[in-house]
Amino acid sequence: MMPNCQQITELVTEYLEGAMSFTDRMMFQAHIAMCPSCKNYLRQMELTVESTGEISPEPIPDEVSRELMEAFRGWKHGGDPGA
Amino acid sequence: MPTQDQELLARIAEGEEAAFTELVQLHHASMVRIAMLYVSSASVAQEVVQETWLAVLKGIDRFEGRSALKTWIFRILTNRAKTRGQREGRSLPFSALGKEDQEPAVDPARFNSKGRWADPPSTWEVTTPEAVMERGQAMEALQAALEELPPQQQAVVRLRDVEGWDSQDVCNVLDVSETNQRVLLHRGRSKLRKTLAEHMARTGR
Repeated sequence: MMPNCQQITELVTEYLEGAMSFTDRMMFQAHIAMCPSCKNYLRQMELTVESTGEISPEPIPDEVSRELMEAFRGWKHGGDPGA
Repeated sequence: MPTQDQELLARIAEGEEAAFTELVQLHHASMVRIAMLYVSSASVAQEVVQETWLAVLKGIDRFEGRSALKTWIFRILTNRAKTRGQREGRSLPFSALGKEDQEPAVDPARFNSKGRWADPPSTWEVTTPEAVMERGQAMEALQAALEELPPQQQAVVRLRDVEGWDSQDVCNVLDVSETNQRVLLHRGRSKLRKTLAEHMARTGR
């Protein structure tokens, strides 16, 4: 059976992940083709994922970088880096 | 082993500091986030990550490249975090889905009794991630919403969508089933979409 709009909003990740059976995928696509609101919703989900990818990585505190670099130098000089 | 990993490893083996810095920059923040899922506090998580980096340096000669470098590093991390968390009497983070993972993607009040849109999603003026980025506030709202996601959802969304990992690597590293990973991803993404939608509604015409 073809999913309704509410079901589409719950199936969208499964669809985007390529985790649907062939038949379910066909049904999903058939609904999207006929329903501008769900087509819009799908596009919004895609845009959300793409925009999340633009979030910049979190910086590392200087102190942590320094400590790790010291450990690296210790390791490089053949010593035990610790713990 | 991917060529990128090979090059980085070769440079680290030669003692090139910049190469190690690169590796740390790439993964450290995610490692702290993930360690937090297993242990009781941020300071314990920091400790576990520090220990992991030392273990990575110690073991790097023995790394055989049967998995990607990042998977190897994160497996060391989760193993250590798990042990530490168990000592603290905590249960494993991905053993079961929580209540917050069963919420609907969209408020059920927005559909009629047949499950059709009664209050359909509005049209966004922006259509590309670049345009979203140009609206600095939209990105801030998105980032804040990400921070507010429940920790497990956040970990999955960060690895998948911020860091660009594939689902198999995430499942391997977090010891979560494909299905549960998808559920967490779905809840997380759905909430982020909602945040962007609210933002678009406020700033739109």
